[in-house]
Amino acid sequence: MFEIVLTLALFILTLSILISIYRLFKGPSMPDRVMALDSIGIHLISGVAILSVLFRSHAFLDIILLLGILSFIGTIAFARFIERGVVIERGNDQ
Amino acid sequence: MNAEMISEWIAGGFILLGTVLTLLSGVGLIRLPDVYTRSHAASKSTTLGVLFILLGAFMFFWIDEGYFSIRLLLGIFFVFLTAPVAGHIICRAAYRSNVKLADRTVRDDLKKYMKAE
Repeated sequence: MFEIVLTLALFILTLSILISIYRLFKGPSMPDRVMALDSIGIHLISGVAILSVLFRSHAFLDIILLLGILSFIGTIAFARFIERGVVIERGNDQ
Repeated sequence: MNAEMISEWIAGGFILLGTVLTLLSGVGLIRLPDVYTRSHAASKSTTLGVLFILLGAFMFFWIDEGYFSIRLLLGIFFVFLTAPVAGHIICRAAYRSNVKLADRTVRDDLKKYMKAE
C-alpha cells in the first residue's frame, strides 16, 4: 500500500517535470527557460527525497542539499548573465 | 497501531500533498500568460510542495527508525530560504531585459521608476 502511494507520487512528479520541460522548449523568452530549469531542479530534490523513503535508506540525503545549492547558484548565474551580460564583474583597479 | 503504520500514514499524506501542489504549479506553468505570473506560480507552489515532501521524508525517518536527520532539516531551511530569492532575481532580470507583460495587464507602476533612473 505504502509503495503504491510512493509510486503514484513519483508518477505525478514525473508528469510535472514533463510540463516543465515543455515550458523549457517552448518558452518565448530567456527568463522563461531559466525559470523552467530552476523548477526542474526543485522537482529533482523532491524526487530524491521520495526515492530515499521508498528504498528506506539515508544514503541519498546529502544529494538533496547538494542539488539545492547547485540549482540556486546556477539560477543566480543565469539571471546575472541575462541582466548585465557578464556573470562576474571585473574590479575597478585593473 | 504500531510505529511503522503511523510513520507510513504521516509520510504518505505529506508526500501526496506535496506532489499535488507540485502538479498545481505545473498547471500554472502551462496556463498563465506571461513570465511574471508564471514565476509567481512556479516559485510559490513548488517551494511549498518540496517543503511538504521533505517534511514527510523527515517524519518517516524520525518515527520509523528514530533517525533524526539534520541534513533533511538543513535542506528544508535552505530551499525555504533560496527559492523565493531565485524567483525574484529571475523576475528582475526579465523586467530589466524588456520582456513584455501580458496583453491584459492594466497598469505598470515600475515603468516610471525605471524611466527616471
